Amino acid sequence: MAMPNQKLQTRTTLKLVGVVLGMFAFGFALVPLYDIYCQVTGANGKTASAYVVPEDGIAVDADRWVTVQFLTNNNASMPWSFRPEVRSMKVRPGEMNQTTFYASNPAGYTMTAQAIPSVAPFHAAEYMHKTECFCFEQQVLATGEAIDMPLRFIIDPYLPESVQTLTLSYTLFDITDMTASAAAE
Amino acid sequence: MSAVIENHHDDHHHGPDKGLMRWVLTTNHKDIGTLYLWFSFAMFLTGGCMALVIRAELFQPGLQLVVPEFFNQMTTMHGLIMVFGAVMPAFVGLANWLVPMMIGAPDMALPRMNNYSFWILPFAFSMLLSTLFMEGGAPNFGWTFYAPLSTEYAPPSVTFFIFAVHLMGISSIMGSINVVVTILNLRAPGMRLMDMPLFVWTWLITAYLLIAVMPVLAGVVTMMLMDIHFGTAFFSAGGGGDPVLFQHVFWFFGHPEVYIMILPAFGIVSAIIPTFARKKLFGYDSMVYATASIAFLSFIVWAHHMFTVGMPIAGELYFMYATMLIAVPTGVKVFNWAATMWQGSMTFETPMLFAVAFVILFTIGGLSGLMLSIVPADFQYHDTYFVVAHFHYVLVPGSIFSIMAAAYYWLPKWTGNMYDETLGKTHFWLSFVGVNVTFFPQHFIGLAGMPRRYPDYALQFADWNMVSSVGAFIFGFSQLLFLFIVIKCIMGGKKATDEVWEGAEGLEWTIASPAPYHTFSTPPELPERSMA
Repeated sequence: MAMPNQKLQTRTTLKLVGVVLGMFAFGFALVPLYDIYCQVTGANGKTASAYVVPEDGIAVDADRWVTVQFLTNNNASMPWSFRPEVRSMKVRPGEMNQTTFYASNPAGYTMTAQAIPSVAPFHAAEYMHKTECFCFEQQVLATGEAIDMPLRFIIDPYLPESVQTLTLSYTLFDITDMTASAAAE
Repeated sequence: MSAVIENHHDDHHHGPDKGLMRWVLTTNHKDIGTLYLWFSFAMFLTGGCMALVIRAELFQPGLQLVVPEFFNQMTTMHGLIMVFGAVMPAFVGLANWLVPMMIGAPDMALPRMNNYSFWILPFAFSMLLSTLFMEGGAPNFGWTFYAPLSTEYAPPSVTFFIFAVHLMGISSIMGSINVVVTILNLRAPGMRLMDMPLFVWTWLITAYLLIAVMPVLAGVVTMMLMDIHFGTAFFSAGGGGDPVLFQHVFWFFGHPEVYIMILPAFGIVSAIIPTFARKKLFGYDSMVYATASIAFLSFIVWAHHMFTVGMPIAGELYFMYATMLIAVPTGVKVFNWAATMWQGSMTFETPMLFAVAFVILFTIGGLSGLMLSIVPADFQYHDTYFVVAHFHYVLVPGSIFSIMAAAYYWLPKWTGNMYDETLGKTHFWLSFVGVNVTFFPQHFIGLAGMPRRYPDYALQFADWNMVSSVGAFIFGFSQLLFLFIVIKCIMGGKKATDEVWEGAEGLEWTIASPAPYHTFSTPPELPERSMA
């Protein structure tokens, strides 16, 4: 093969290798992109982190009631007992509400847990403002220990009229191993 | 000066080496093509045996032959081996044999890399198959390996699976880079892109798809590896990750992947139908643009595989309409093939039988795909045998039939002998009947609600499952006949002419049969501007 052609081939090859490396990086870039997408659209029922009440407060919508239901699940073989204090509350949008969730560790050793929230319907997720939530931190319980975990939240008055019932569900994950290996490092 | 030229000359005209090392060290595109094709056939039989284990277990309701754990390993390995071991290497093998001969190039542009990309594969699949004998068994989470099934709940052998996928990916990427560099730089002087045969066109586009998405697959299995062994939480909700993310990244690879397995088939059928209809291909330009549009659309429809995951309604609508849009360029292709056959002087030799069956049966698979794209209906079809019927219709009488059509069509060029036409037609009819008896009833049991991937089923699905299993065994065993026909053709038979088929067009028919070890060492003169 003549030399100029060889050069062209090398150039094409290098370009394609560049595309390969770029697409490998793009695969990983999808991870943060996905999180941003979910945050912006509220897809997946993901709720935001701690909400700070604006200084001029929130107007209370005294004209309607919204039912908020609480669900608790244990992931996989998580042995903790985990339940809401009340199954549902009727609240007014804009008002601060408070409830607690009960958890106890029946296992024979100290465990660490993480609760992951999810809101249904999905498009209501962005109207669920939590000012204080046990899901913002990990819970460590020794054998037989029990705890009442607080949740304080406000339903945004801009919640669409069509949403009359909101379900806030928590899944409790056993992350004892994960935290143990992190502590070991 | 002259000595140098002499050496150069010798270097290019020696025949193949003798013995085993010929195949290990070869950089000849025809040798490597042959290796790919035989490897693919071996994997086709391996994956086929697994399919027969599945169908044997499903012959009757209840658990008869295998334990559910092993059944899950069979479905997983069957899918992985057929996708990455049978269909993809077969197309790469055909590309190796045909692309240089079709564009008048002496060989692939990067012959040494070509050798590497093939020889990685036997190692990759030995590693994958070895997991069957490991403690905890082979991967059992389905070929789509959704997290957390493939991370938190996976058998220990998942790590071997991950590295096997890495190796397959590296092999495909090297193979595709080779195809693109060859097509862009080694065309015979005067051959413009729009003069290229459609098989070359479809492979060029397929190679770009592979280069774009195989790295994403490598990324997703790397994330799995990190989740399993290095304490990250890409897909673990407890650690702040998201299992749904896995599905998005996987299908971002996975949807282009399914077109990777069908676009070269379009190219093959577009070569065969004009030959046996004795007419030019209808709408060459629109075929090229349709292929490119399908490739582009494949990047923006991935979430139609996950309608039931819980998506905002706007997302479901978008993915539904975008998916339906694919029917337009695909329809253009089907109508072009029909128009090519229209008023042609058709004869039905074995390659043509497979090609015509491809057009009809692939269209059935395409239409059931269109049904699946309708969001509200998909909630009923999702993860049922209807989906199984759909993708087997596009893959078996789609991709696999096109590969068999290609094998029969070019076998005389490769071996110099005609295959046995009677046996070829027998093979076709057995396959045709077998494939339809296997997969058509799966539409019915799917619509009736039988979920996929279970070793047992409710009694009302018993009859059609039995029919389906009978078809699977007919189809499976008739492939041994294919093996026999190919071996018989290699051993001898009626000598093929250089043109082989009356009315066949393209540079590969201008060289001798069997194709000499080295072809187009000097670029060919193109006959006229009529390649299209």
